[in-house]
Amino acid sequence: MNAAIAGIGATDFSKNSGRSELQLAAEAARAALTDAGLEPSDVDGLVTFTMDTNAEVAVARELGIPELTFFSRVHYGGGAACATVQQAAMAVETGMAEVVVCYRAFNERSGHRFGQVQTAAAANIDNSWSYPMGLGTPAAMVAMFARRYMHEYGATSEDFGRVAVVDRKHAATNPDAWFHGRPITLDDHQASRWIAEPLRLLDCCQESDGAVALVVTSAERARDLPNKPAVISAAAQGSGRDQFTMTSYYRDDLTGLPEMGVVARGLWRRSGIGPSDVDVAVLYDHFTPFVLVQLEELGFCGKGEAKDFVASGALELDGALPLNPHGGQLGEAYLHGMNGIAEAVRQVRGTAVNQVADVEHVLVTAGTGVPTSGLVLGQG
Amino acid sequence: MTDIEKEAARIAEQGESAPRLARDPVNLPMINNWLEAIGDKHPGYTEVAPPAMVQVWTMPGLHGRRAPDDPLGQMMAILDEAGYTSVVATNSDQTYHRYLKVGEHLSMATSLEDVTGPKRTGLGEGWFVTTRSTWYVGDEPVAEMRFRVLKYRPAQKPEPVAETPEAQPIRPSVNRDTEYFWEGCRQNELRIQRCGGCGLLRHPPGPMCPECGATKPKYLVSDGLGVVYSYVVHHHPAVPGKRTPFVIALVELDEGVRMLGELDGEPAIGQRVEVVFTKVDDELTMPSWRPRADR
Repeated sequence: MNAAIAGIGATDFSKNSGRSELQLAAEAARAALTDAGLEPSDVDGLVTFTMDTNAEVAVARELGIPELTFFSRVHYGGGAACATVQQAAMAVETGMAEVVVCYRAFNERSGHRFGQVQTAAAANIDNSWSYPMGLGTPAAMVAMFARRYMHEYGATSEDFGRVAVVDRKHAATNPDAWFHGRPITLDDHQASRWIAEPLRLLDCCQESDGAVALVVTSAERARDLPNKPAVISAAAQGSGRDQFTMTSYYRDDLTGLPEMGVVARGLWRRSGIGPSDVDVAVLYDHFTPFVLVQLEELGFCGKGEAKDFVASGALELDGALPLNPHGGQLGEAYLHGMNGIAEAVRQVRGTAVNQVADVEHVLVTAGTGVPTSGLVLGQG
Repeated sequence: MTDIEKEAARIAEQGESAPRLARDPVNLPMINNWLEAIGDKHPGYTEVAPPAMVQVWTMPGLHGRRAPDDPLGQMMAILDEAGYTSVVATNSDQTYHRYLKVGEHLSMATSLEDVTGPKRTGLGEGWFVTTRSTWYVGDEPVAEMRFRVLKYRPAQKPEPVAETPEAQPIRPSVNRDTEYFWEGCRQNELRIQRCGGCGLLRHPPGPMCPECGATKPKYLVSDGLGVVYSYVVHHHPAVPGKRTPFVIALVELDEGVRMLGELDGEPAIGQRVEVVFTKVDDELTMPSWRPRADR
């Protein structure tokens, strides 16, 4: 693709931002434009999540963006994150826009908490087969997959816990992370309370207030801007056979994430690289079990082998596949995957706080258990 | 026979209590006070007493006590003991055989006629106690009364309304494509969508068959038997209408489709279960699972 991420911006990540979601969106977008060396007047496109409460026109008003020629939204919660960049890149490549800002802003801890039972979501007809039966939280929905995965492959709670330990280890040395300076041990994980068996508290990501914004423009234009561009080598969306949102329980087996397989095939084909070429993996980690499944769907290991791959230390910063050097959503903040894209850009630039050496290709995924998306970012 | 009924039978067996002699003979000052209090202006009560004031003559007075053999007193004590601590008179029927003359000295005797209960009443659960009293002048019965009280346990006052009323369970939204399922639940039938074209079984259902494209879904009634394919034990956060922890199981029915439902029992993958229907209200009946020992 001939597009790149030229700027990244974020607010602080907190549990109580003390300001409106629109202010958070505007602050992050302005920061991203400053980082890109661009002005609001350069922007002609905006992309966000359908779940975002901030209208494109409202963000444009706050920033003083004069005219928009492209605006688009992507559905399915966190599955939208990488797809916002895909939308922006397609707009840039087709000439629909020149500079597109992707944003996600919410008070997800102090305001509407996704971790609670979303009674209103039961109005969706698909949810009539789960919510009224008592299955009404993301953790519980993932736990249903996790129990079957454990049954099929012999994975244990400790195997899930190792993902949390790695994320928290990386967050511990990231000053922007909520859990900066607070690593955990596997014993801490095992001692944490049940949320939805087999998931413990420390298998679950945080709930956060904050915003992240990304500036996408053509690779040519990006090369003239102050920061090293993170070129979008590939972008992909994916939905699988008999797909539901979080409750795809009716497929032949529950041990995979076929929608992530669709994304993987798209990313490898378009980027021309394969799993062994990935230097850093920013994998969506709202709940630990799906990190294991993603490793398998993306081809880093065989089916059922992720527990051994993780236990081998592969996810450490000096391992075969450094995972979430910023600390992920378990460690840094839950920004619906957008903070992971910002980390991928820093890894490409070489400016990350937990920088991996000689980064050529960074893989980012967004949302698991839902129709999802992914990116491969690389050096220009 | 309950203990209360046994005691009642014992007291009834005793028959009439010893006659209780009135404090004063029938007298004009008391007659005049009574007429005044009632507002009865009839001029005829100078030699005889108004019949309706018969009870007045044998009242025990402000500091009077029931005699130990008084059947009503005995029965009240037994019911008090059993927790029926409140009393209300319900009806009183009197029969007068003749006028009582000034100067006649009455006595009264009472027997226990009937005790029935426990009855549910607006006041609370209680027993109806009926006594029969007879007034005598010498040996001559001059008036009778059947008197009935309700001796009851005061109903508990309703609990004060909780500050946050217990949340109602989440209800499904229902549309044309899914109504057959919920109608089935109301009839205690677990229905699985079956394509009217190719026969494909499908759950959750939809309006168009993904196999053959037909838009004529029908259904079959499942035997309601299956095995646990996966499950979750939900601990946090609170779920409206549920008491945590509780189990939600994904069950693979014998017909081949999977379905979610709460499982009342120890969960295990492979556990055999059967469907149970719980009526929430006239509109909604929820299916859930319970373990089965067979097979």
